[in-house]
Amino acid sequence: MPTKLIINCETGEQTEVELTAEEIAQREADAAKAEADRVAKEAADAAKAEAKAELLDRLGLTAEEAALLVS
Amino acid sequence: MANTYTLISSNTVGSGGTAQVDFNSIPQTYTDLLIKTSTNASSLTIIRIRFNSVSSNDYSQIVLRGTGAAVASFNNAGWDTLSAFSPSYNNDGANIFSNNEYYIPNYTSSNIKSISGDSVTEANATTAYTLLYAGLLNNSSAITSISLLPSTGNFAQYSTFYLYGISNS
Repeated sequence: MPTKLIINCETGEQTEVELTAEEIAQREADAAKAEADRVAKEAADAAKAEAKAELLDRLGLTAEEAALLVS
Repeated sequence: MANTYTLISSNTVGSGGTAQVDFNSIPQTYTDLLIKTSTNASSLTIIRIRFNSVSSNDYSQIVLRGTGAAVASFNNAGWDTLSAFSPSYNNDGANIFSNNEYYIPNYTSSNIKSISGDSVTEANATTAYTLLYAGLLNNSSAITSISLLPSTGNFAQYSTFYLYGISNS
């Protein structure tokens, strides 16, 4: 069972307790969202890279030449 | 400019790791708060931050990220948490920690709460992440608790968390 560290900032007391069922459900939802975000981001990155490569090809430039233009 | 800088709490994760770190009963006697962490996680993950256990879709953020080869930015609104894009974002490895700092000004005010921060991974590699971060919680309650949790897995052993109170007088 996953646990969390609780720090009482007034007293300095630190306790380790098991996550509640609600917290576990939230954690699983967070994990699913993180994975969905990662997949979406990878797809967006891939699409951007493909579009960039196509543009460079149309312009007849290498990536280094394009970087030089905008520097 | 800070007049005093006080350590409220320091914590090191023990063996087995931990799924979440909660700072509760935060004293309301300071002006601002500062969180400093050195973290690793058991799997590819980012740090999520919640204030006062608020999990409604009232968080928004902007992130600027550099990898050493590219720059990217992310703009999110209407989330149920802040995602600070921090430890093991690139799954750099078991012994690669990231160093993170989050500043929360005027945490006791009745205004909307903001947070800003930066993060770097310690990886000495071609790709290593540096992030600048700004977030917002559309909630006017004073902050009395802060939760930090990885989006997946646990914070690994030896991860550290420090909470400081900063006063301007």
